Amino acid sequence: MKSLSSAFEGKKALVTYIAAGDPDLDTTAYLLKLLDTEGVDVLEVGIPFSDPLADGPVIQQASQRALAGGATLKKILGMLKDLRNEISAPRVLMGYMNSVIAYGQEKFAADAAGAGVSGVIIPDLPFHQGEKLASLLREQGVDFILMVTPNTPAERLRGICERASGFLYCVSRLGVTGESGTAGASPKEYIDRIRSHTSLPLALGFGVGTPEKAALAAEAADGVVVGSALISLLEPCGTDRELLRSKAVPFLRSLREAVGRTRR
Amino acid sequence: MKKLSMTFGPFGGQHVPEVLLPALGELEEAFLASREDLSFAEEMTHLLRDYVGRPSPLYFASRITESLGGAKVYLKREDLNHTGAHKINNVLGQALLAKRMGKKRVIAETGAGMHGVATATAAALFGLECTVYMGEEDVRRQAPNVARMKLLGAEVIPVTSGTRTLADAVDEAIAAWVGEAGKSFYLLGSVVGPHPYPLMVREFQKIIGEEAKAQILEKERRLPDRVVACVGGGSNAMGLFHAFVEHPEVALVGVEAAGKGVDSEFHAATLTKGKPGVLHGSYSYVLYDENGEVQPAYSISAGLDYPGVGPEHSHLAETGRASYVSATDDEAVDAFLRTCRLEGIIPALESSHALAHVYRTAGSLPKDSIVLANLSGRGDKDMDTILSLLQGK
Repeated sequence: MKSLSSAFEGKKALVTYIAAGDPDLDTTAYLLKLLDTEGVDVLEVGIPFSDPLADGPVIQQASQRALAGGATLKKILGMLKDLRNEISAPRVLMGYMNSVIAYGQEKFAADAAGAGVSGVIIPDLPFHQGEKLASLLREQGVDFILMVTPNTPAERLRGICERASGFLYCVSRLGVTGESGTAGASPKEYIDRIRSHTSLPLALGFGVGTPEKAALAAEAADGVVVGSALISLLEPCGTDRELLRSKAVPFLRSLREAVGRTRR
Repeated sequence: MKKLSMTFGPFGGQHVPEVLLPALGELEEAFLASREDLSFAEEMTHLLRDYVGRPSPLYFASRITESLGGAKVYLKREDLNHTGAHKINNVLGQALLAKRMGKKRVIAETGAGMHGVATATAAALFGLECTVYMGEEDVRRQAPNVARMKLLGAEVIPVTSGTRTLADAVDEAIAAWVGEAGKSFYLLGSVVGPHPYPLMVREFQKIIGEEAKAQILEKERRLPDRVVACVGGGSNAMGLFHAFVEHPEVALVGVEAAGKGVDSEFHAATLTKGKPGVLHGSYSYVLYDENGEVQPAYSISAGLDYPGVGPEHSHLAETGRASYVSATDDEAVDAFLRTCRLEGIIPALESSHALAHVYRTAGSLPKDSIVLANLSGRGDKDMDTILSLLQGK
């Protein structure tokens, strides 16, 4: 398994997000293998939660489908553990703090590491609230990935960069995941501002739903995160493997092409 | 300027997406500045007196007292405030802040609709645009309040996710606020949410307890033995408790909604049955299952129908300074009807939970003891619910 930072080495990284268990965990396992085969560099795996503050309608609904399908953090970690030797791209868990608290923070850190998880993103755990979990993850060799937004002031940006590991998740717009919200400055201006504070790889996400936008994002950043657009594309396919493949592959290839295969 | 503590013991904090932190910082600064601004205090005093009608009376409920044959029962009459509940105290404070921060629009969530009506009222008063998120189920059971909000010029957005009640309305309101990166003023109605809301809302509500303390001292020359308030998110209770926290001889009792019973699936007794967790931006007691999924709350009263509780209540519960009990739907309805007939006061179903505790316990207390309950709102909004119950629907 590759480390998170090595996923950004020598090329612009394509990062995808899918909600685990949408519509069931077998389908998620199938999709993760497919995404890995198609050259996705980092696999974000969403833990569904009933009250997802940072998510727009597409991921909220995916979360609801996953919950209806019976997905739990325990089952998700079990699925990832089973897959750990079948996937080469690093996996990152993204979920909300209450799921982690219910699971137990120590146990979560240990079991995430045991399931081959390289990094964890908790959108409702800004770093000034997350020191305990961050250190538990660090002890297990799991990166605690932090987010930056266009309205993050310079002083706070410095604080985030001092504590971040793995990569920095640069939210491209002011708002929730998906297409809503207002775009900030140009990706280049935004990324340049962050780059002056850190040498970590910078992945740009939120509202990057088309190859055109991905290309623009990849010009500035080290990686591009695509989530809601992929989920919307795959949702009508349900659990039909052939249909999923036929929808996913062309989209992933166009994204892969847009993001570029090598660092310029 | 000194920064405020973000937590009450281990509870509270700012469990929100990074994008909201600047807005919360801006709010905290404006709130701190307002506390040192004499003109802010003057304007609040003026509004609370001439617009809300404060101080609200402390009423000796002689017929309740007589019928129980125990402690003397006093009611803090927040139901007599303009708009009919304690909610207006906090709303005017926050709306005045919004105005001073140059905000053009306020957004709010509402359960029973009292906070929504108060917010729509303040928005009209200050010339602000107003959007209120309300669960579809609550829109149905609190129809008169929906009509009032619309009449006052607010846009009411019915929320159709989850159980279509207060928790879902908070989800939508926060999502809308995140969606615009905190550009509008989020006028939160209870002592919940991320810092500085729990502290700020308590500060705007603490006038309830401060007045009650002065009033009981004047009438009885001593402090009450027990103060009682209902707890959903907990703003009327925190408002009443705060002035008494430093007097250990005064017992603080919060009454949660037990719905159809705390051992059924249908209740909202967060401190009785929940565990510490994160919901809506703060670390506090929450009702959730073994997987961390927030459980739907239930209560006959829309204002208590919430699976979380303010972090300061969690702290008061854990330190043992306050005790938290519960009352069922049936007990609340019984208390509602008894108060109508005994005192000629129609209480809100929320407040009826606090009254239920009084009816249950005050009779066994010594005759020279004093119980002070917060009558946090009036029950006009609950007519449909009560009438359909009485007709046996």
